[in-house]
Amino acid sequence: MAHDNCCHLLNDLSDFLDGEASEEICAKISEHMAGCKKCRVVVDTLRKTITFYRQLPDPEMPGAIQERLYKVLDLSEFTRKNGVGPR
Amino acid sequence: MSEKSRDADLLARIRAGDKSACEDCVQRHAPGIYRLALRLMRNEAEAEDVMQETFLNAFKAIDRFDGRSELLTWLYRIAYNAAMARLRRRQPESISVEDAADPQDGSLVPKELFDWSSLPERELEKAELRAEMEKAVLDLPEKLRAVFVMREMEDLSTEAVAEALGIKSDLVKTRLHRARLGLRERLSTYFAHEMPKNRE
Repeated sequence: MAHDNCCHLLNDLSDFLDGEASEEICAKISEHMAGCKKCRVVVDTLRKTITFYRQLPDPEMPGAIQERLYKVLDLSEFTRKNGVGPR
Repeated sequence: MSEKSRDADLLARIRAGDKSACEDCVQRHAPGIYRLALRLMRNEAEAEDVMQETFLNAFKAIDRFDGRSELLTWLYRIAYNAAMARLRRRQPESISVEDAADPQDGSLVPKELFDWSSLPERELEKAELRAEMEKAVLDLPEKLRAVFVMREMEDLSTEAVAEALGIKSDLVKTRLHRARLGLRERLSTYFAHEMPKNRE
C-alpha cells in the first residue's frame, strides 16, 4: 500500500471490510492482495484495528458524576423514593 | 420491546410530564452521552458539563422533538453541538485539521507495515494497550473523532451518525475511513515498538 500503484485501492478499503464494496471492487482488492504482501498487512491490520476498537471496554461514568446529573435534573428526590438511580 | 419502541414509549411518557420517564431516559442514555462528551472534550469536568447541558436542553425542548430521528440520535446531536460550542469557545482561532488529514495529500497512506494482525483479543486485557487506544482516539482531529466514536465505539448506524452530526452519510463513511486508517497507523507503530523482536 505504500507503493504508488497500491494507493488507488486505499479509499475503498473500509467499504471492502464492511462488506459494502461492489463485487467489482472486492474482486480488484482480492486480486491485488493475492500478489502484494504489503497490502495484505494493511488490510489485515486495518481489520484488526476495527475489531480491537469494537471490543475495547467502555469507560465507566463515575458514580459522583451520575449523582450530580440527577441533582441538576431534579431527579434525586424521585430516585431516592423509588430506590433507583445512582448507587 | 425493541429499542426503538422503548424509546418511543419513553418519549410519550416524558411529554406527558412523567418524571420517572426522565429518570429512565437518563439511566438508559447518560452513559453513552458521557462517553461521547468525554472523548470529544478530553476532560472529565467539561464532559460532565456537556452531559448535564444535553439532558437539560433535551427535556426543555422535548415538545419540539419531531420524532423523525430516534431519541438517542437526537440526544447525541444535542451533545455534539454542546461539545462543539464549548470547543469553539475554548479555541476560537483554531481551524479544523481535518483537511490536513485528507488522504489526497498522502498523509494517510499507510507507512508502518508491521503485521500484528494475529494478536489475540486477550491483548485488550492489558491496561497499557487500552490506554494507548483511548489516547489514539483522543488525538484524532475532532470531526474524525466524533464519527469514529459514534459509529465504532457507540455502535450507531451510519445514518444515525449522519443525522446526529447533520452531514451526509457519504461524508460519515469518508471520515470513518480516515479515522480507521489513522488509528491503524498509530496501533501499528505502537506494536512495532512493543514487539521489536517479532519484526521481520
